[in-house]
Amino acid sequence: MLVDIHNLIIGFDGTEVVRGLDLTIQRGEIVALVGESGSGKSVTARSLVGLAGPGARVTADRFIIDGADVTRFRERDWRALRGRKIGFVLQDALVSLDPLRRIGQQLADASRGRASRAEGAALLASVGMRDAERRLVQYPHQLSGGLRQRALIATAIAQDPALVIADEPTTALDATVQKQILDLLRQRRRAGQTLLLISHDLAIVADLADRVLVMRDGEVVEHGPTAHILSAPAHPYTRRLLDAIPSPRSRGTQLTTGQRLLPKRIDPLHVVLEARHLVKRYGRDQVAAVDDVSFTLAAGEALGIVGESGSGKTTVARIVLGLVEPDDGRVELAGQPWSALSEPERRLHRAGIQFIAQDALSSFDPRYDVGRIVGETLDAVGVFGAARRRRVLEVLDAVRLGPSFLDRHPRELSGGQRQRVAIARAFAPRPRLLVADEPVSALDVSIQAQILDLLAELQATSGTSLLFISHDLGVVQHLTDRVLVMKEGRVVESGEVGSVLARPRHPYTQALLEALPSLPARVRQPDPVLERSAS
Amino acid sequence: MSDAALLEPAIAAPARHGRMLRQVAGRVASGLVVLWAAVTLGFVSLQLAPGDIVSLLIGEQPRTPAVEAAIRAEWGLGDPVAVQYLRYLWRVLHGDFGRSYILQTDVSGLIASQIWPTAKLTAAALGVAIVFAVLSAVTTAGRSWARRVAGSVELVLASTPSFWLGIVLLFVFSFTLKLLPVAGDRTLSALVLPALSLGLALGAVVGQVLREGLERALEEPFALTVRSWGTTGLVLRVRHGLRHAALPAVTLTGWLVGHLLSGAVITEQVFGRPGLGRVTVEAVLGQDLPVVLAVAILSAAVFVVTSTAVDILSLLLDPRLRRDRS
Repeated sequence: MLVDIHNLIIGFDGTEVVRGLDLTIQRGEIVALVGESGSGKSVTARSLVGLAGPGARVTADRFIIDGADVTRFRERDWRALRGRKIGFVLQDALVSLDPLRRIGQQLADASRGRASRAEGAALLASVGMRDAERRLVQYPHQLSGGLRQRALIATAIAQDPALVIADEPTTALDATVQKQILDLLRQRRRAGQTLLLISHDLAIVADLADRVLVMRDGEVVEHGPTAHILSAPAHPYTRRLLDAIPSPRSRGTQLTTGQRLLPKRIDPLHVVLEARHLVKRYGRDQVAAVDDVSFTLAAGEALGIVGESGSGKTTVARIVLGLVEPDDGRVELAGQPWSALSEPERRLHRAGIQFIAQDALSSFDPRYDVGRIVGETLDAVGVFGAARRRRVLEVLDAVRLGPSFLDRHPRELSGGQRQRVAIARAFAPRPRLLVADEPVSALDVSIQAQILDLLAELQATSGTSLLFISHDLGVVQHLTDRVLVMKEGRVVESGEVGSVLARPRHPYTQALLEALPSLPARVRQPDPVLERSAS
Repeated sequence: MSDAALLEPAIAAPARHGRMLRQVAGRVASGLVVLWAAVTLGFVSLQLAPGDIVSLLIGEQPRTPAVEAAIRAEWGLGDPVAVQYLRYLWRVLHGDFGRSYILQTDVSGLIASQIWPTAKLTAAALGVAIVFAVLSAVTTAGRSWARRVAGSVELVLASTPSFWLGIVLLFVFSFTLKLLPVAGDRTLSALVLPALSLGLALGAVVGQVLREGLERALEEPFALTVRSWGTTGLVLRVRHGLRHAALPAVTLTGWLVGHLLSGAVITEQVFGRPGLGRVTVEAVLGQDLPVVLAVAILSAAVFVVTSTAVDILSLLLDPRLRRDRS
């Protein structure tokens, strides 16, 4: 037994964030810890290397790592264990590697100065990085997301530890890159390595982990072999986590409740947005970020644009929003010129087109309260005073936030609440078109489900058209009616979501579909507890 | 295994170096332009000042035909202004700042003889400041108790006028303990007290910024990664954190070097040291325009050199800045 923990309790300032956790890890096993943010999974993982955080009180009846009782460990003992017995991989290597040091230097640091240049290169090769010699002298920002994550994994295994802990190792990554990293972890498993995987997404651990522990509010609510948990989850919370994963089966239903969505009122004859042959080039080499992209969006319809970072989908969104001028081609709104207008002319119509960003927090003025944030979009439509207050309360109510949120500030809100405020703000002036750029990709699966349900509901009731941009095919196929698949600035495939995903013609679409984590089929049980607690 | 990421445009290391050299060359060139502007401004202000140049340059000395003739010859006052300007540029370029008719000496020689003590003092003060700031930040960052003590000490140091600090230091170490000399510039030990009294205030301010940056760096996710390798806290601070914290501190230090020079004026008085400070004060009071002009150009040069050095240091510290902004 590599890790044997019984009755682990972790507290900060008297509040217990982990209560009575039991965890055992055998050699050669992959164990997954799953739960949403705040469930205590990350701090549990960090307590395994003695880095639970300043002010953390960690106690356990039994806490044994590789035969050593760590409850008696001092900082010195922990240092000897870190890296040597347990390697640690965090999410988003851009910030988890020192941005000011070369990859090779960091590999040397990670191996405590023992790895020579050749050994560093061998380490990089072992995590599937070609061209390792050149990568050694590069800095993290010079690598793509996938390569950075590989480099981070290389630092974690530099001292050949018995156990590797990976805390959300793929969360910041595109689907196909995520698949590469998961494949890499799978390879290590075949080589008999032990892994503790932390994730908010059951789909990610589905075909990787031997055993799963589902955590909620600091407690393990369910644990067992992965196949068993996925096919016959016993606890309502586990079922909720599974239901939250968008899939072809979930189309047309709410993710949080399983109920049918309101029917959309799509008017195909009324074109709200038309983009014709958009081209945008950047840089000295005039690389086309967007290359001949055309599409239309009808009233009440949802159009998804799916692609990986660098595919040009965000540039398309900016052109549609009138924030970037296309080098060629044009955008029309309801048959009227839009991209051809000057900014003062455009400003008169801006209220009709609203935007939801990925990171809600940075799209808010931190000094504004929620009432002011939501009300600000009503400036453009001339709604002030009592009427403004009424409308703000109305849209806040629509996103399930009560009047008590009016004077809260962005920092006091959770990630999901922030995105709700962003949605309320966007819907406040009753726009005809809503552009959402990766609105759920920074959220946990369970929060993502709530936000997707909300978007679907508001879109159906308001009849607003939605341009939905995402790197996640699963989300796009759940929410949208038609889809454009973009790669290197071009649309490689487009059409009705059902038919494109059922019969993908372009190899890239096929690769994206393949990269989607798949869940085994499961008998759906009606669950009264679930309905009530899903808020 | 297919790896789409590997297909992205390769950036080879040599190209990066070339790019950085280009950036450095650009900064040096723009520094030279600033310097030229400062010299030109000096010339223009001389031309625009009320009264004729001869009386400006003579100051309050008695005006004799001999001196007047010498000035006319030196500045070529009979020639067109453009020619005067080019001649002036040419002279400055060769380090010739003319003659002080008040002190009856060459300005270049005067400055050359006084610049060394001042340079020594400011360099030593800068050294004191950096050592103090780094030690104070590295040892106390993130430690609730120690940082409070260090913060208070720094506040006291930063708010104490350097002449007062100098007098206190003199009283303690020279008059009472008799460890260090009172005045002069003959031995290295004579440099200790002036450097401390000038440098500690600067070090206190930089130390605050450095500590704040260090604390921010230690809370970054990468700090957790580094600790998970089994690295000691000190190595994390020195090897990883300090570099992140250094960026704002270097910028601030560059700005404060200017203060150091003006602070040197007072410190030189307190400790009875020779130096540029005294020369400047006397020149300004006596309206010795050639000396004032030379000092002005010299301070512009110091400013240009430090800000260029700060820019280059930033490029060395942070590879992310070495990118083309196209």
